[in-house]
Parts: sequence; structure tokens; C-alpha cells
Amino acid sequence: MDESKPIFVQIAEQLENDILSAQMTEESQVPSTNELAAFYRINPATALKGITLLVENGIVYKKRGIGMFVAVGARDRIVAQRREQFAAQFVQPLVAEASKLGISASELADMIRKENQA
Amino acid sequence: MNAVIEVTGLTKQFGSVTAVSDATFSVQENTISGLLGRNGAGKTTLMQLLTGQQFATSGSIKVFGESPVENARVLSNVSFIKESQKYPDDFKVKHVFRSAPWFFAEWDAEFAELLIDEFRLPVHRRIKKLSRGQLSSIGVIVGLASRAPLTFFDEPYLGLDAVARQLFYDRLLQDYAEHPRTVILSTHLIDEVANLLEHVLVIDAGRIIIDQDAESLRGSATTVVGTRGSVEAFVGDREVLDRETIGGLASATINGLDGAGKAAATAAGLELTPVSLQQLVVKHTATTDMNDHKQEVEINR
Repeated sequence: MDESKPIFVQIAEQLENDILSAQMTEESQVPSTNELAAFYRINPATALKGITLLVENGIVYKKRGIGMFVAVGARDRIVAQRREQFAAQFVQPLVAEASKLGISASELADMIRKENQA
Repeated sequence: MNAVIEVTGLTKQFGSVTAVSDATFSVQENTISGLLGRNGAGKTTLMQLLTGQQFATSGSIKVFGESPVENARVLSNVSFIKESQKYPDDFKVKHVFRSAPWFFAEWDAEFAELLIDEFRLPVHRRIKKLSRGQLSSIGVIVGLASRAPLTFFDEPYLGLDAVARQLFYDRLLQDYAEHPRTVILSTHLIDEVANLLEHVLVIDAGRIIIDQDAESLRGSATTVVGTRGSVEAFVGDREVLDRETIGGLASATINGLDGAGKAAATAAGLELTPVSLQQLVVKHTATTDMNDHKQEVEINR
């Protein structure tokens, strides 16, 4: 686990990653809080907080008495959300580091293009 | 949520030594709490008070709503696993597990069997012949299989190897999930248990100095590193837990740095690192006045 983010946020992100990579499909069942707690070796209350975060964002929903399931449209919602954060989380640090090293914007663009082809 | 333990203004003195000083806190039902602190900080005394094994000098203790002292209604629901439990001299390991069900209504013999197997405990051996680690595993197994509504583990794993400790954490989590109950875990291996805890109590020189949920505590302090000038300028009148300097570089651990503060630090060219629960406890308890070390004389007896 990464110390810089609350654990419940990391649990939520991990589940989102599984949805993004289609390891968990829409309408499939999400691991229970107890299963998550055992797997990540965390307190079940922390796992529940992670799941609750996903419920609030409309990524998963509860079927009474059965468990939590991936909502229809969950993947699109995650993609939209992450695209919004993409500039702040990835592009800004990239540009900041590049300018420290004297890499110009066009050089940076070339490097990205090359990476993309590889 | 219901409070299983409610302590108000609790003080315990042994002669001139104050082992627990005006402690006020509560523990919520069905949570796992960590009771953390240095040697001689008062952890064991506090647990002895909560389980009616010591009389308070002043203050009030309510466990399941009642005083625990000489109170069978309370104590039959409590399991207290001590660092060094004493057994009768001629006891073999199997005698412990044969007698444990007399004291715990919820005792699960099947679960105990499974744990004995997993911890590779030799049941026919005399207790006196056991290694330190094996002695600890008896306590751990009794604590888990008793399924008491309130379970205390006081440094339960002296001498336990890494595999056995991991086994303890895994079984604790698993069984806690299936049979929710209130667990209080006292330990020095904070990094190992940090993620298991829902609530954290830190006791230092008899006083409760931290009483907070683990999640908010984990993000509560940040270390900033940069040139001495820029760190000093950034720190200003923020609350600093710890400072270090190496040549022209400085680091400062700041309590309660919020999102805006972190952004400001980044903008000022400072590196930010989160502080783990263990580091946080160290930084909060390392600066104790030397006079307090008098208290380290065996107040736990």
C-alpha cells in the first residue's frame, strides 16, 4: 500500500482499475468488504469506506441481501472522471520536470509520439 | 455506535509513580483499536484497570456499562491475553485448551484445533518446555478462539516469527469479519498492524495523547524537505513535530497539513512525504522529558 493516499481511496481506485481493464464487467459482483479486507490485510471498516466511495460515485450499487454489483455505465463514468484529472495528475508534473531539464514542448511532444509507436 | 468501554478521569498511582494520569476516552463496539506507546507508558496498567485486575486511584471505568471490578457479568465477556501468562507448573499445552472453554461462553473448539495445527503447537508438551514463541502462540490462540465480545491482546507475540505473526493478523481479520467483536491490540510493531486498526489510542507517560480514528491519523502529518531557508519560510507558525537539518537542507514534520498547505509547499519547491503511523507515534512520544523515565521502573507488575 502507498502511504500517500488514504487506504480506502486506494481500494476504490483498485476496483476502478479492474473495471477499466474489463476484469470486472458491468452487472458483475464486486468482492465483499470481508474478502477485500482479507486480501489487502486491512480493517473491514476501511474496505467498506472504499466501497461506499464507489457507491457515491455511481460506480457500484447494492442489491439487497446479495451484495454489491458494478453499475451499468460504470466504465464510462470512470473514464470521464479520470480524463478530467489527467492533466493535473500526469501532464502538469511531466511538464514541470521537462522544464527543469530544459526539454521544450515540441521535444516533449516528439518523445510522447515515439513512446506511442513503440 | 455503542461504547463498550467508557473511561472518565482515570488515574492510577503506585506510590509516587503515576502510571495512568487523568485518562478519558471511549472504545466503540466491534472495532479493532490499537493501544500504542513506549515501554512503561502505562499500556498494561490501563488494560489491567479495564479488566478489573487493578483498582483505580480515582476516576470511573465502565465496561459494557458497568464497573469491571469483581463483576462476573462484565468479566465473563472479556478475554485478556497478557504478554507473559503464567500457568500451573505441571500444565501441558492440551490442559490449557481443555480448561479455556470453562471461562469463555463463545469458545470455538474447532477453531482452536485449526489454529493449534497452523501454529504447529505441540499439545502434549509441558508448558515449561515451550519456547518463548510457542508460549506466545498459546495466548494468541486462546485470544482468538475465545471469541470474547471484548478481547485484549497485550504484546501478544513476543518471540513469534514473522510467519506466525502474519498468521495471527490474517486469522484475526478473518475471524473478526465473521464474528465482529471489540479488539484492543497493544503492540510495538506499529507498521505491521497499522492497516488492521480502525482506531488508535496513544498513551505517553500515563496520559492519552492521541485518540483518533486510524484513517485520519494516517494522513495527519507530512514531512517537507528542502533548503533550510525555504523550509523555515514555509513552516512559519505551523505545528512542527520534528525538525532535522543536514548541511543546507532541512526537513520538518508538520501536523495537520491540509490540501492547500500541501499545494503551497509544492509551489515553494519542497518535497512532501507522508508520515506513517509508526513514525507519527515515534515523533509524538520521543520528545518526552527525561524526568518521566523514572516511570519506566516496572509499573506493570
